[in-house]
Amino acid sequence: VCTSRFWFNYRHVANTLSVYRSVKRLGIPDSHIVLMLADDMACNPRNPKPATVFSHKNMELNVYGDDVEVDYRSYEVTVENFLRVLTGRIPPSTPRSKRLLSDDRSNILIYMTGHGGNGFLKFQDSEEITNVELADAFEQMWQKRRYNELLFIIDTCQGASMYERFYSPNIMALASSQVGEDSLSHQPDLGIGVHLMDRYTFYVLEFLEEVHPASQTNMNDLFQVCPKSLCVSTPGHRTDLFQRDPQNVLITDFFGSVRKVEITTETISLDGDLAGFESK
Amino acid sequence: ASAQFQLAVPVAVVFAPGSVPGDLPRPLPFRDVQEMEISVNLRTSITSRYETVYRSTTAQEEAALDVATAQEADAALHPLQDTSLGALSVYVVPETSSLLPQGISVYVGKHRSALVRAGGGLATLRTRIRQLTQVMSFTASSIAAALSDRVPDGQLSPDARRHLKSSLGYEITFSLLNPDPKSHTVDWDIEDAVNRYVQPVLDKLSLVANFSVDSQILYYAVLGVTPRFDKESSNFFLSAHSLPHVINPVEARLGSSAASLYPVLNFLLYVPERSHSPLYIQDKDGTPVSTNAFHSPRWGGIMIYNVEAPASPQASFPLHVDVDMVRVMEVFLAQLRLLFGLSRDELPAEFLLESPGNEGLADWELDRLLWAHTVENIATVSTTLTSLAQLLDKIGNIVIKDDVASEVYQAVASAQSAMAKLAMGHLHSAFQASKEAVTSSERAFFDPSLLHLLYFPDDQKFAIYIPLFLPMAVPILLSLAKIVREARQRKKEPTKMD
Repeated sequence: VCTSRFWFNYRHVANTLSVYRSVKRLGIPDSHIVLMLADDMACNPRNPKPATVFSHKNMELNVYGDDVEVDYRSYEVTVENFLRVLTGRIPPSTPRSKRLLSDDRSNILIYMTGHGGNGFLKFQDSEEITNVELADAFEQMWQKRRYNELLFIIDTCQGASMYERFYSPNIMALASSQVGEDSLSHQPDLGIGVHLMDRYTFYVLEFLEEVHPASQTNMNDLFQVCPKSLCVSTPGHRTDLFQRDPQNVLITDFFGSVRKVEITTETISLDGDLAGFESK
Repeated sequence: ASAQFQLAVPVAVVFAPGSVPGDLPRPLPFRDVQEMEISVNLRTSITSRYETVYRSTTAQEEAALDVATAQEADAALHPLQDTSLGALSVYVVPETSSLLPQGISVYVGKHRSALVRAGGGLATLRTRIRQLTQVMSFTASSIAAALSDRVPDGQLSPDARRHLKSSLGYEITFSLLNPDPKSHTVDWDIEDAVNRYVQPVLDKLSLVANFSVDSQILYYAVLGVTPRFDKESSNFFLSAHSLPHVINPVEARLGSSAASLYPVLNFLLYVPERSHSPLYIQDKDGTPVSTNAFHSPRWGGIMIYNVEAPASPQASFPLHVDVDMVRVMEVFLAQLRLLFGLSRDELPAEFLLESPGNEGLADWELDRLLWAHTVENIATVSTTLTSLAQLLDKIGNIVIKDDVASEVYQAVASAQSAMAKLAMGHLHSAFQASKEAVTSSERAFFDPSLLHLLYFPDDQKFAIYIPLFLPMAVPILLSLAKIVREARQRKKEPTKMD
């Protein structure tokens, strides 16, 4: 979810799209991704390279591309819609791609970026979501068993305040900065004129580049990403609600999609000549 | 929420002449009830009651048993039985009877009856019958799997959550993947195969849920994994540990129906490219899998269909391939059974199960599904409504609309009716009631109007309202005080003037 709009918040959109790309690369299909963006970057009149969103300076990587599937765009990115997606209280006319059709065996990754403060996250410059609302939404998801395990990553100023209030089991949270700290952006691009990415997300993505679908890297490695020397802010994480040891949790449990399979050893025997409705 | 389930299974044990054990407690016919308790967690328990009627055969039943094989006996006995869902009939035949093959002491038929060989006295018979009735209705593990939400995590077996959750409907999609259309032109008569083989199974399962079937053909869809070439056998192999990575790249292209919200079961038939043929799946010890297929719980199954190399090297490409749908459907329907949790392993060696043939599943297997789904539905309703009540307790300013309230009442009434019917042994009506209860409770819980959006923590309330009202309140309060003082003075005046 990218909660900002306007040209100078280019980096939030680039953050979100880069995470989207990584997650797709590691195997999660679009039908399992709900992407919420204000989507006003690629076609913004101030964009010197229309139809592109870059995440590296020198315009190396266009994260917008041809196959971005944005589910909630522009003014649809509201606190209400976000909470509706999470809790499932959606009007019946909503199409399948805009719903979170998860069940008790689904692992969910939630990535949010934008501007935030102590206990809240700003949505589109007009409303806010508080950490209490978020915690309540997760609790309702847990009551209805809409997730097996949940990983919450937030890249905003004072991000750690957003996960302080969680109380439902099986949630692990990471934030780019502690309460009282600001998260800083990474690098400006002189051609485009704005900052392209935020530091925390930049280093997380560098880390994810090393991960491939069969890799065994675990969450403890993710916690080490972006130390204070590189990030200037202090990333935080919270694992007390999580039942498994983070050492044993694979990155691909959340960022990729590795399914359990079983070899089919039984067959039934069908009588090929017996027709259901033809007479013989 | 706490729940005490009572599941009653009506069983009829019918003794053929010559099979009555000598140590019966009372003369035939008599009834008895056996209860067993399965406790799932501190507040949820299941009591199963097997209400058994012991009697001897009627003349018609004797005639039906007087045939050569067990299959014929099963077919002949079917019209004579109590055919309501959930009721079981066990026919005890003499020890020397030739109906059952050597070494087999229990034969389970396609419907709801079984043949048991007598011998060993009443105690052995009772043990066999108890095992048998559990197989044909529900076991502690199948019920625990249905209630997997409530079982404390450590106690669940690893495959407890792999069966499909109870749902009002399922969508089945058959896809043919042809990554190499230049080499193979693949024709599959899916419509005919669905009508002939799939539809009878779905008709049998129509009690459980609504099914919709569609099919598609995808070209240039490759598996995400490159198979290994084995020089000795000149075959290509996909090892078991690379299988989990096969599904995702394909899934992105499968598409799914935009209209329905039901879980989708995908069955894929993959025809390998000419350059990777023949392709076999290797299991963990390295032997090729006989079905050349694998499935993923709650998702579906994939089967690899190898095309023989053309006899003459001058054959013209593309080769025309006509898929043998019988072989394919045998695997897909077996996978469908496994996805629903109907597997036939874990039985003692002396049991013989009749194959269900083209119907896909036996009546008693349908019963097993219904028992598990009914219990699962009722447990879901209970959890949903409890959490709804907790939500309303915590957040006082949610408004409950009338229709949401009526759905809640309906859900409670249906759930209670379902529990009552389960205790009486009426499986069919219990299942229907549980379905209604789930529908109502889901509608109530997920009603869009229940979204609690406006969160007003107390300190924010003070922070907003005090700066507004305090300055206004000061002159108002002062003038009120003045009025009160003047009124009191006026009251004192008259007494003074006296």
